Amino acid sequence: MFGYLIRRLVGTIPVLLAVSVFVFAFVHLLPGDPARMVAGPDASFEQVQEVRTELWLDRPIWQQYLRYLDQMAHFELGRSIKTHEPVAFLIGQRFMPTLWLTVVSMAWALTAGVALGVLSGVRRGGWEDQATMVFAVSGISFPSFWLGLMLIDLFSVRLGWLPTGGYGGWQHFVMPAFTLGSAVAAVMARFTRSAYVEVAAEDYVRTARSKGVPERRVIWTHTLRNALIPVITLTGLQFGFLLGGAIVVETVFAWPGLGRLLIDSVNLRDYPVIQAEILLFAFEFVLINLIVDVLYGLVDPEIRLK
Amino acid sequence: MSATALDQIAIRSPAREFWRRFRGKRVAVISLALILLLMLTAALAPWIAPYGPATPDYDAVLEGPSWRHLAGTDTFGRDILSRMIWGGRISLTVGFLSVVLGCAVGVTLGVISGFFGGWLDGLLMRVMDVMLAFPGILPAIAVVALLGPGIVNVIYAIAISAVPVFARLVRGTTLALKQTLYVQASRSIGVSRNQLMLRHILPGTMPAVIVYASLRMGTSILTAAALSFVGLGAQPPSPEWGAMLSDGRSYLGVADHLTICPGMAILITVLAFNLLGDGLRDALDQKLRT
Repeated sequence: MFGYLIRRLVGTIPVLLAVSVFVFAFVHLLPGDPARMVAGPDASFEQVQEVRTELWLDRPIWQQYLRYLDQMAHFELGRSIKTHEPVAFLIGQRFMPTLWLTVVSMAWALTAGVALGVLSGVRRGGWEDQATMVFAVSGISFPSFWLGLMLIDLFSVRLGWLPTGGYGGWQHFVMPAFTLGSAVAAVMARFTRSAYVEVAAEDYVRTARSKGVPERRVIWTHTLRNALIPVITLTGLQFGFLLGGAIVVETVFAWPGLGRLLIDSVNLRDYPVIQAEILLFAFEFVLINLIVDVLYGLVDPEIRLK
Repeated sequence: MSATALDQIAIRSPAREFWRRFRGKRVAVISLALILLLMLTAALAPWIAPYGPATPDYDAVLEGPSWRHLAGTDTFGRDILSRMIWGGRISLTVGFLSVVLGCAVGVTLGVISGFFGGWLDGLLMRVMDVMLAFPGILPAIAVVALLGPGIVNVIYAIAISAVPVFARLVRGTTLALKQTLYVQASRSIGVSRNQLMLRHILPGTMPAVIVYASLRMGTSILTAAALSFVGLGAQPPSPEWGAMLSDGRSYLGVADHLTICPGMAILITVLAFNLLGDGLRDALDQKLRT
């Protein structure tokens, strides 16, 4: 297990480096002079030159990249062009709300999705199955921002039960988490169903049933446990979907998270913030997949040997 | 069994076999019909929309649905139904162009990567992996941040994020096709590499590509609407569905039709493409079934 862990950790490093090259290149692809951008439109020629030297923009590109890596390693992400606050501070403030939102969304989506998927697999062809599959395909077709607005209309504007947005107690989580997680729940339900159906057709399940194992045990022990293994991988991928989805859902519910900060920064063309956020989102996604891979190794010993 | 019946089985081409199976999927056929209807409505917008997309009617501001304005009016008294019909042009065009563009680049890279293998394959696939490390709508937002907001840039943005998906898919199919007897046979009689790729491998990748393209149309339309909704895509006077939703959100509880109508339009269009994709998958290849 330990060797597997080390191999997976080492394998992640080139991906993270490649991601950092992409994000580093991002600012260099921008039209115009980065030094002028940082110094502001009113700065004199000398001031612009000063910024250029200070930011190493007059050095060879590989030196600039190494400096960039060094700064990232120390969480020196520069300052916002608009508010002049350190980017690390801006992001630090917004990190927890987004993390909580994605975790809560994943928790209900995973529970509901797996439950519906299993129900649908057990009652294959029945009305439960049909209803779940309708939910599965409509869930991925629903525009999240529209679902969010409809919920606000019903539960906040008309019924007054829940706050329209903002960050706070559990009431604030209900609608955003439901909105963000619904598509994931739909994908999970569909995937779990097909995994369940596949395992249910295996010989050992038939053997268990024919030797008189109670149906409840056949479902829970023989089928479900094996069907859930591929679901773990999907969970990692769907976390990425949630991170991306949070960008839009946070805008609907005025959620003070990373997503809304990103949209605001793009609108203001605040490039240091944009760059740091893109890097953070990608790193988070890669790390979550690493964690999922490790979990996978714990559950399925065969994976460790590959 | 008579000789004619045997002949009929023998001459059933893959295309006819596909059509026979596709016809049996009621949901997919209805979805296809709906998509064709939406395309027709969008194409004929100037003739069938009851009003212009930007024509104001100050005597009918923020009115609910009525016989004069079937889906009501917005803050400027613009007819919502007409704007939705015109907006369909934008959504379908953006979806179609971005998928075609992303698909063309992705398929080309995928076939080359799978066919040549070696270091080229390794390099291309690592680049695709890195692109896939940026989750969901994020790559599209990065591209818009780079190029600036606007509906044309949204097309590029969505196309770029579709490239790795198609490249990976087609590379896999290419690897499998390379091992088939007919490709090996063509190679052994000296068919050139270009001919092999274009005539023998590319057509074989198409079933999977068509299924993904249909599913991707749904995703692309959804992403474009989301970008417009957060203000990075189509800009305000435009009747793009996401932008209309963004306009409508200030009137929740006052004029719900401003939000309900464009949302329904997005949902129905995306649902139709997703259901069509599912039906195509079942009809084209049993092995693609999930």
